[in-house]
Amino acid sequence: MNKKNNKKYLASVYIVWMLIFTIIPLGLVVYFSLTDTNGAFTFDNLKNIGEYTPVFLSSIKFSAIATALCLVLGYPFAYIISKVKASKQTVFLIFIMLPMWINFLLRTYAWMTLLENNGLINKFFSLFGLGPFHMINTKGAVVLGMVYNFLPYMIIPIYNVITKIDKNVIVAAQDLGANSFNVITRVIFPLSMPGIVSGITMVFVPAVSTFIISTMLGGGSNLMIGDLIELQFLGGSYDPNLGSALSLVLMVLILISMGIMNEFDSGEEEMIAI
Amino acid sequence: MKKFLSKAYVAFIFLFLYAPIIVLIVFSFNNSKSRSVWHGFTLKWYVELFKDQAIINAFVTTLLVATLAALIATVLGTLAAIGFNSMKKTPRKFYMQVNNIPMLNPEIVTGVSLMLLFVYVGRILGGMELSFFTLLLAHITFNVPYVILNVMPKLKQMDTHLYDAALDLGCKPAQAFFKVVMHEIMPGIISGLIMAFTLSFDDFVISYFTSGSSSQTLSIIIYAMTRKRISPKINALSSIMFITVFALLLIVNFRQDKNKKGIIKKLKGSNI
Amino acid sequence: MKKTALFLCFIILLGVLSFGSSAKNREITVYNWGEYLPDGTDGFVDVNKLFTEKTGIKVNYSTYQSNEEMFTKLSGGGVSYDIVIPSDYMISKMIANDMLAEINLKNIPNYKNISDDFKSLEYDPENKYSVAYTGGTVGIIYNKKLIKPGTDLNTWDVMWNPEYKGQILMFANSRDAFACAFSKLGYSLNTTDKQQWIEAANQLKKQKPLVQSYAMDQIMDKMIAGEAALAPYYAGDAVTCMAENEDLDFIIPDNAVFNRFVDAMCILKGSEHKREAEEYINFILEPEIGEQIASYLNYPTPNKEAFKLLSSEQQNNPISYPSEEKLKNAEVFINLPPEIDELQKDLWTSVRADSSGSAWSIAMVIFAFALLWALIAFYRRIIKRKKFK
Repeated sequence: MNKKNNKKYLASVYIVWMLIFTIIPLGLVVYFSLTDTNGAFTFDNLKNIGEYTPVFLSSIKFSAIATALCLVLGYPFAYIISKVKASKQTVFLIFIMLPMWINFLLRTYAWMTLLENNGLINKFFSLFGLGPFHMINTKGAVVLGMVYNFLPYMIIPIYNVITKIDKNVIVAAQDLGANSFNVITRVIFPLSMPGIVSGITMVFVPAVSTFIISTMLGGGSNLMIGDLIELQFLGGSYDPNLGSALSLVLMVLILISMGIMNEFDSGEEEMIAI
Repeated sequence: MKKFLSKAYVAFIFLFLYAPIIVLIVFSFNNSKSRSVWHGFTLKWYVELFKDQAIINAFVTTLLVATLAALIATVLGTLAAIGFNSMKKTPRKFYMQVNNIPMLNPEIVTGVSLMLLFVYVGRILGGMELSFFTLLLAHITFNVPYVILNVMPKLKQMDTHLYDAALDLGCKPAQAFFKVVMHEIMPGIISGLIMAFTLSFDDFVISYFTSGSSSQTLSIIIYAMTRKRISPKINALSSIMFITVFALLLIVNFRQDKNKKGIIKKLKGSNI
Repeated sequence: MKKTALFLCFIILLGVLSFGSSAKNREITVYNWGEYLPDGTDGFVDVNKLFTEKTGIKVNYSTYQSNEEMFTKLSGGGVSYDIVIPSDYMISKMIANDMLAEINLKNIPNYKNISDDFKSLEYDPENKYSVAYTGGTVGIIYNKKLIKPGTDLNTWDVMWNPEYKGQILMFANSRDAFACAFSKLGYSLNTTDKQQWIEAANQLKKQKPLVQSYAMDQIMDKMIAGEAALAPYYAGDAVTCMAENEDLDFIIPDNAVFNRFVDAMCILKGSEHKREAEEYINFILEPEIGEQIASYLNYPTPNKEAFKLLSSEQQNNPISYPSEEKLKNAEVFINLPPEIDELQKDLWTSVRADSSGSAWSIAMVIFAFALLWALIAFYRRIIKRKKFK
């Protein structure tokens, strides 16, 4: 037992690290959101962000749609690849992860080239005398950008969970008379819940706080929370106090959303933490 | 029919994921700055890429910060994971929650909060500036949780008696630690290291808020360019990087297939 | 395994070495507008590289896309630049905020090349803090193919024409965007009348549904690609666009005020490399370098020796060098008083972001979220308990 107690001191460096680089910075966010430029205590920042409620709501809406689309697109995909030969699965997974090695700004920029009025997709359609379709600088383009960038984060956790489902459970369900549709909806889907929960978290959080996709693909007419925060720190209107207040509220909203997600995940608490 | 449908579906998803990348690579050979009109084949952007000091510098900075951050985070994270694992349940849970904060928090909030720390506390302490050093600190901070994430499950799987057995058999504690514990959790450490490197290399948001004027990473240079015109040189660089990573992955996969292991295990272990 | 370890050690060593060496070198950090200096592409010289080759001083170069962005970055602190290249009104603001260092013109012999038109200007009457880099004007760039016949382009109203819904690009920067609205309304660009600012903001809100995208430097990319019909833009960049897409043209509407600007090189207070920075400014003022910059940017050059080196076609380009007659309506931005500046910031955020919420609505949203959580949690506890029984 004594030996074990010695080992726990190995964590002490990192505990100090967390204090300095995780706890204190978050404390600073709280401090800045409750003070004015002179450092005096005030609730004004929090009151002022009330004005931007529509920005919060639309960001939540867009990212919720994007998350739902990721789930709808990603789940069947994860299911299909979990059914192919093990050696092939590896290849599929590599190909899912590979795009992440190209800078996401560049990939999003390339989407601009595809979606523009004179872009490649419209050029393709015009060969058949169709279009041009107006795609860039719309809300749809923003959602597309989110789905594109975060889809792998949905596929991989779901895939991980599906492959871990005990084959015997499925066989048992079939023996008990379940058809393949029932097997999917009543056995595999509920059992893959932990993967779905972590997938949703991993897509929703970055989507709701993004500040590039909306300006690049959405034309910047509909600012999102991320844009608004960036504007306060490094953009045109310098106000770190308001920016901190916005960050604080964003953080609280995300924490609550995660609390809600956790409720849907019975048991495996370790999984959600991931 | 069903098979055909699922094949078509997989193809559709891959088309979706790779369409912009194909565009990117194709236009790196375009004989003009235009990003949607084809003006003939050229390799000049690849030549110019190696002449562009700013891009090369940014690439070196990115590589350096990713390597250093991944290595330091791996050491720090592995030690922390071992420490946490030997704690009682309550403190362990508490520390794990704190550890999860950078992973759960939106990147922009992490970036902003670290910027506040570096700039304002730096001002109080006097003369601290955003620099390569602050960039590195920020990267280590968001890397460690992912290392712990990878190492922790391996520690839990490990038989705790192995270490005691090694001691009983005459190992010194340090020896037992390196020969038994490290050996057992090595796969977790490696996948943590790879993941940390990948995250650092690709990071934009946190770097954007914490890097100084003389330590620009590739992402920041690219961001500056996306606001005016992206030079096809960047396309060229990305194509080279893409092909390199692709080749590396294939080689790793091929060698592991030979060892009848499969990279799948590694990917599963990494859990992302 | 050993090989990997060796390799890692090597990389760490490399890192440590690069730290050590960079501390000793003479270096400067320059913060400039995007694509505002020839960088070796399109047959131009790489100015920074030439400077380093000539003097051995390393140049860290980064870019911004608006004066406000640059100012924000500097006032946020934590960064140290030596040279910045702000516009007129920002220079006076920075002087007022004690952010600029006095330049020792004795160290800049090439200062004699600067034309008198660009000396002793309103923002820096004694030439203590700034050395002119370029000048320019703001007008409207348009795509002839996308403009419907009969459209009157000789007025700023065209930027509010509903026929071009979704085909208009607008400045993403407050001062420039407000200037467009003032040009339309016929007010001074430097008005301190709060009512006029609010009126301008209302114009910008009215324009918002017509705007395809708010952009700064990207206007160039989008106009060249033929993505939009109309955009306000800087004359020099407009010439660059027109060279790449012949459907484009540029106009400064008559009978309306418009912005004329001067961007000038300044050294920041607290710069640890002031001597090197002055060397850099002197280098920029070399006639040959000035010629390269003027040809690359197509903005009017303040460097009279460089002007002589330009082709007669360039010297007589009416867009780069508008007539005296035209310039009568030009107004240079001056620094706004703090309360107007504050108002501008608030109005601009309210234009860009939907700010129709009330003070407590965000609290309601949080409360609704928390309530939802509580309900779900409660519901699930009940189910669990039932199962348990």
